[in-house]
Amino acid sequence: MVKFIKHQVKTFGLTELFKGLALTGKYLFKKKITVRYPEEKTPLSPRFRGHHALRRYENGEERCIACKLCEAVCPANAITIESEERDDGSRRTTRYDIDMFKCIYCGFCEEACPVDAIVETRVFEYEFQERGPHIMTKDKLLAFGDKHEAQIAADRAADAKYR
Amino acid sequence: MFDAIQAFLSGFLYDWLAILITLVIQAVVVILPIMLAVAWLTYAERKVIGYMQVRMGPNRVGPGGWLQPIADALKLMTKEVIFPHQSNKYLFIIAPVLSIAPAVAVWAVIPFSPDVVVADINAGILYVLAVSSILVYGTVIAGWASNSKYAFLGALRGSAQKISYEIAMGFALVTVLMIAGSMNLQDIVNGQQGGVWNWYLLPLLPMFVVYFLSGLAETNRTPFDIVEGEAEIVAGFHVEYSGMTFGVFMLAEYAMMILISFMTAIMFLGGWLSPFEGIPPLETLFAWVPAFGWLAFKVSFLLFVFIWLRATFPRYRYDQLMRLGWKVLIPVTIVWVFVVGAMKYFQFGPWFN
Repeated sequence: MVKFIKHQVKTFGLTELFKGLALTGKYLFKKKITVRYPEEKTPLSPRFRGHHALRRYENGEERCIACKLCEAVCPANAITIESEERDDGSRRTTRYDIDMFKCIYCGFCEEACPVDAIVETRVFEYEFQERGPHIMTKDKLLAFGDKHEAQIAADRAADAKYR
Repeated sequence: MFDAIQAFLSGFLYDWLAILITLVIQAVVVILPIMLAVAWLTYAERKVIGYMQVRMGPNRVGPGGWLQPIADALKLMTKEVIFPHQSNKYLFIIAPVLSIAPAVAVWAVIPFSPDVVVADINAGILYVLAVSSILVYGTVIAGWASNSKYAFLGALRGSAQKISYEIAMGFALVTVLMIAGSMNLQDIVNGQQGGVWNWYLLPLLPMFVVYFLSGLAETNRTPFDIVEGEAEIVAGFHVEYSGMTFGVFMLAEYAMMILISFMTAIMFLGGWLSPFEGIPPLETLFAWVPAFGWLAFKVSFLLFVFIWLRATFPRYRYDQLMRLGWKVLIPVTIVWVFVVGAMKYFQFGPWFN
């Protein structure tokens, strides 16, 4: 009987509903966790995998030696490499294309590269509006690497002790 | 004020034309603010629900997202209205009209301040009940005309729900009538004069809750929005509607929300009366607040509760909804009708003498 009365009081007093309302009411005043993207940005890890780049050594020599390990490891077959002997006798790529529509940004190419030539940068704000520009040629990748070399080198250095 | 306009116009126009123009002016003066209120109520709803979910809500259009309703309206107006295959085009167009018309028509009898009302009729409550119950036709016809299973199921649920909850709502109003002794909404407010203790909220507290819950069900708001339960029937009766026909349904829903809040404020929370009546220092302190200010404040709070409930509670299942309506709310209201009768017989409290 006491149990029954308790139950009725609880039901008609709407206690549980008020508890729920109190909870949402409390959250109304909590600090909002929204990141207003173009104005605010979340911090990025040095390991962030975004737009690709080809790096050079300090003396301006391109790092890539056309070993094709990245091409072999690429799970999406996004990388196409053709190579020839250069005039000075070293093996270099004549063609290094990344199809950015195929790429899944897994970072395996970066892991496979023995000379740290192909890297993924923390740049992720780019888009393609038509077919064609989405093929990243060797020239474009090298130019991109030159442009962001400082950031790339800093990120590699920050992550070096975990590799 | 409107009499003056009419007298001025009839000086150089036919009498019937003067009356017509005055009526149109009255309608615009009432409907336009309501439509604007509806627009920014949608904004407030998204903002409040967003805040309760620890996010920002709309904040892109204009400062703090204030112009979001305008963007929404423009989007809806420029979108194509798609007629479903083999649907009944006439009924399909009439349905949104049938939902917006009563939602706007009820405002004729709502008093915004003392003597500020379009039609001061003696059967105000009856008029509100009668006109707002026409709203269900919009839902039913929309569901039928869409030629879609989901819309049809939504309409079936909606009609059953609205008719069930109208009974509880009607009984809740009966208690207000018993206590006020009048169906005129202005008289009902004036009967609550003399501070918070004289409001009908206290003797009719369960009826206040019942009325508000029935109001939630009448306007298809969560937790009673099985009419448009996204999970099972996509969007219910208005799945097939797009563009402005959909917008009109939304307008009707939110206008009804505001109406229910107005009715609750008028009948239980003392309408435009100040809550500080009879408390000397506060009464003079807040004497500058206009009558409509208090009403607007109470209505805003009730609308906030509408949104608050939506942010808090999950949707009722159909059978639970019917159980609540028929087996809980209606018996409670009937019991309270007798309680109010007894209170009236024994001249209980400040309310019955």
